Amino acid sequence: MLEIKCPYCGNRSQNEFAYGGDATVKRPELNSVISDQEWDEFVYYRKNPRGNHLELWHHVSGCRQWFKVFRNTATHEIIQTMEMKENP
Amino acid sequence: MHQEFRISSGGFIDRSKEISFIFNGKKYYGYRGDTLASALLANGIHLIGRSFKYHRPRGIFAAGVEDANGKVQLYKDNITEPNVNVTEVELVEGLRIESQNCWPSVDFDVGGINNFFSRFFPAGFYYKTFMWPKSFWYHVYEPFIRKAAGMGKAPLDPDPDRYEHQYEHCDILVVGSGPSGIASALSAAKNGARVILAEDKSRFGGSLLTDNVTIGNKNGDEWVEDSIAELESMPNVTVRKRSQVFGYYDHNMLVMFERCKDHLKNPAPYTPRQRLWYIRAKHVIISTGSIERPLIFANNDRPGIMLANSAREYLKVYGVLTGKNPIVFTNNDTAYETAIEFKAKGINTIILDTRKSSNAGVVQEAKNLGIEIKFNHGIANTSGYKKVNSATIGELNNTKDGYKNLQTLPCDSIFVSGNWTPTVHLASQSGNKLKYEVETDTFLPHQSRQKETVIGSANGSFTLKESLADGFKKGFQISDEITKNSKELSVPLSYEKDFRSHDKFWCMPLPNNKNHKRFVDFQNDVAVSDIQLAVREGFRSIEHVKRYTTLGMATDQGKTSNLNGLQLVSDLEKKIVPEVGHTTFRPPYTSVTIGTLIGREVGKNYQATRKSPMHEWHEKNNAVFVDAGLWLRPRYYNRGEETLHEASIREALNVRQNVGICDVTSLGKIDIKGKDSAEFLNRVYTNAFLKLPVGKARYGVMLREDGMVFDDGTTTRISENHFHMTTTTAQAANVLSHLEYYLQVVWPELDVNVVSTTEQWAGMAIAGPNSRALLKKLFPHDDVSNEGFPFMGFKEFKFKNITARVFRISFSGELAFEVNVMSDYGEEMWNEIMLLGEDLGIQPYGTEALSTLRIEMGHVAGSEIDGRTIAYDLSLEGMLSQKKDFIGKRSLTRKAFAEKDREKIVGVVPLDKKTSIPEGSYLVENAKASFPNPKLGHVSASCWSVEYDNPFSLAIIKDGKNRKGEKLFAVSPLKNIVIPVEIISQHYVDPEGKRVRS
Repeated sequence: MLEIKCPYCGNRSQNEFAYGGDATVKRPELNSVISDQEWDEFVYYRKNPRGNHLELWHHVSGCRQWFKVFRNTATHEIIQTMEMKENP
Repeated sequence: MHQEFRISSGGFIDRSKEISFIFNGKKYYGYRGDTLASALLANGIHLIGRSFKYHRPRGIFAAGVEDANGKVQLYKDNITEPNVNVTEVELVEGLRIESQNCWPSVDFDVGGINNFFSRFFPAGFYYKTFMWPKSFWYHVYEPFIRKAAGMGKAPLDPDPDRYEHQYEHCDILVVGSGPSGIASALSAAKNGARVILAEDKSRFGGSLLTDNVTIGNKNGDEWVEDSIAELESMPNVTVRKRSQVFGYYDHNMLVMFERCKDHLKNPAPYTPRQRLWYIRAKHVIISTGSIERPLIFANNDRPGIMLANSAREYLKVYGVLTGKNPIVFTNNDTAYETAIEFKAKGINTIILDTRKSSNAGVVQEAKNLGIEIKFNHGIANTSGYKKVNSATIGELNNTKDGYKNLQTLPCDSIFVSGNWTPTVHLASQSGNKLKYEVETDTFLPHQSRQKETVIGSANGSFTLKESLADGFKKGFQISDEITKNSKELSVPLSYEKDFRSHDKFWCMPLPNNKNHKRFVDFQNDVAVSDIQLAVREGFRSIEHVKRYTTLGMATDQGKTSNLNGLQLVSDLEKKIVPEVGHTTFRPPYTSVTIGTLIGREVGKNYQATRKSPMHEWHEKNNAVFVDAGLWLRPRYYNRGEETLHEASIREALNVRQNVGICDVTSLGKIDIKGKDSAEFLNRVYTNAFLKLPVGKARYGVMLREDGMVFDDGTTTRISENHFHMTTTTAQAANVLSHLEYYLQVVWPELDVNVVSTTEQWAGMAIAGPNSRALLKKLFPHDDVSNEGFPFMGFKEFKFKNITARVFRISFSGELAFEVNVMSDYGEEMWNEIMLLGEDLGIQPYGTEALSTLRIEMGHVAGSEIDGRTIAYDLSLEGMLSQKKDFIGKRSLTRKAFAEKDREKIVGVVPLDKKTSIPEGSYLVENAKASFPNPKLGHVSASCWSVEYDNPFSLAIIKDGKNRKGEKLFAVSPLKNIVIPVEIISQHYVDPEGKRVRS
């Protein structure tokens, strides 16, 4: 079980959090005209990297804030956690 | 009572406390402090059970968790537990054990015939034999194999015991309380670190309980006692015995189970049987010691053959002689100590040593004591069916692949030692890359991935001096990084005997022209010949050899067999072990009860139970409850002899005819505030919300980005920048997370706050033609007329000093109002409504009637919004705004979503107007078509229409738009029912929606 540092609450066990996927995916702007391909990329396609991955987590059984976790998917090392407005 | 093999003094047992137990129907006695294994051995019992495949007699082979043979069915206080290891159960009054894996008895086992046909049972036997004919697998082969090969009997009753979970944090977790473990715990604790010391056995000390050593000026066991007492007195230290750390997970999370109850004579009520500890440690010191390895020789599995160090443990700890005429068979120095200890009790042994000589001090000591030693000798074979009674021994030839001469030696036991295997399981689980050390033929920890340090013999330090020095040093260094106290202890002087070398020879040749089994893995009956066959058949990866032969796959997980198996494969392939590699060490290290893993989260405690503020009223009024997620909701209110069906019809009919009240507290409620709230809702919902007037509610549908309908509900504009959203009961938590995601991640520029208010409001729906009259009585000074309070209106009324939020919304399809008051006033309000509604014919109604009402109205709910349907499928396409963008809209242009013959919701009635259609039934054109019969759609919800007094169902069906009037069949293969049906409109009652607006 990972230990994740919520930027607002500090170190907490993984079972307080929900995983939210790739944090670098950006939702297309509302009302923008985009191809099927672009939309599918946003909705369905995700990379599954072995190594460093910037991802979203939700402190769902805590402060209910979404934030970013920079994590190595092979070793589970958490390099950094940060608020949504920050970047590694 | 006389225990033939118990010596009169010595050991850590209490001879004044005699305890009886029953083994296979016969009564025996042991002492307090015994394990079942030591008590059985004290009575001369070695034969415990039968092996898995050949049903060969097997006996106790070791003294700890590494024992692979001593599995029994345990009974105590009418509770039974299978596959219990006799070496791990402490003796208490009231234990009854029975042998497993044998029929009719362990002494005469019919399955033993397998042994005579063993050449027909080679590695991969099951894969090779039971493949044909295919149909035989389920009906013939599998039931037979299960019965023949099954271990113990699983208990049929619920587990009456209580199990607990505990979370703990510490600076340093020390696993194992041998010399290095205690040394490091002392050193770290004295330097101010918060330490947990965990010991699996019921006594601290590990090898110090059996070895003749001194530390400082104390004997080994005295040093243990004093050190543990000192540790226990320190406030920064937690010391636990009977506690097995069995798993090492990420971020230094370890799990440990503590046996709290089974060893107690009179446990206090509510004592948990076992406790699972989740320990998050800053650093872990692994001092788990090492396990003795067997030697491999023909018929090396007979009862009476055991590990040499285990024989010494039974003698030193339990005062039990495991043999009175033993042979010690070794390839190293350590087993000599066993012979010396037996000699001290007047038992003469013969030592067979595969080496040509040894100059270790302990060997000289044995010589001086007059113990007979035969160097360069091996055991070629043994005999004795239920217990070993002789060994055929011989001098090894120069190439060590045969014997110069053979002779037979009578014996009653053989103590074997094939050197030591460090217990590296936890280190490996944590990600430590092991390295192979050719010198000692062992895998040792090498590169740590997490903060873990391995010390003592687990790290290949096999002398006490090294282990103590390493323990004190590492304990200090690691603690000092955390505490910076710089308080270092000096290492006490120690004395131990001189042990030196071992022979790399461990697998004895067979006597000429003989084909005996030489077992590597006892519990799974994997012999040398099986591994040879696997390699001959082309299996190369050690992981494949393992699975093909089942080597190391038994409940002991190969603690004594893995390394021998590896060495064998290496020899056969002419490789060295590191190239072959090792199989993966996975948690748990030892068997863990399911009860411990689950802890208190059983039955109703599995999840929280949520109750509405009116719950007590429902209970008092004979409500029968149903689980709705975590909520308990009244399903119906029982009157007299009514069935569920009758009660739900009565309640639903009363709504249609008079007025009913339903507890709707469980609906999700979300309070939304901020100047961009309307804009936000406009993006979340498929329909327009920007211009929703203050004081009005609107039904809304929200999608996921993939276009599927996510949830629906009504949202009310309380004031310009304040909205009250409702969700379905099931999706309440998900909708809140969804909103938070868009506000925090996607559109952080929006000024909106959302918070769940589900539990802050008690909700009650008042539905039926008399509901307005009731509302008028409730709020006599307010305008509740159709004009003053129209459909989808919202008002705040005062009742006494309670503020009530009243919404004119309807799920039942009748004229209806929903009253929300603060939770604390819920029951008061409910009572008032019941009182005032009495002469209007009010009755409470439950979820069953609620379903009936919504189904015959054609309103969709969770059974239709199942994550696989788009708005069109649910006839909600009118809710999709053409003028604005919203979450999921772009997906709706996907080709499949625009197909003309897409699934669509319809109504279904049986032609006979009598037969209810089971939910989940398939709709087909031809009921007699051969399988697979093309499925047109499925029945999502069924009810008994109270309006028409016949069954009615909703279904989602291919091209539902054009099927009205078609005659189809509803089939339920599960219930073997075929029902001719007609497809009609989903809106069975009041299709124009007049009633809600009346």
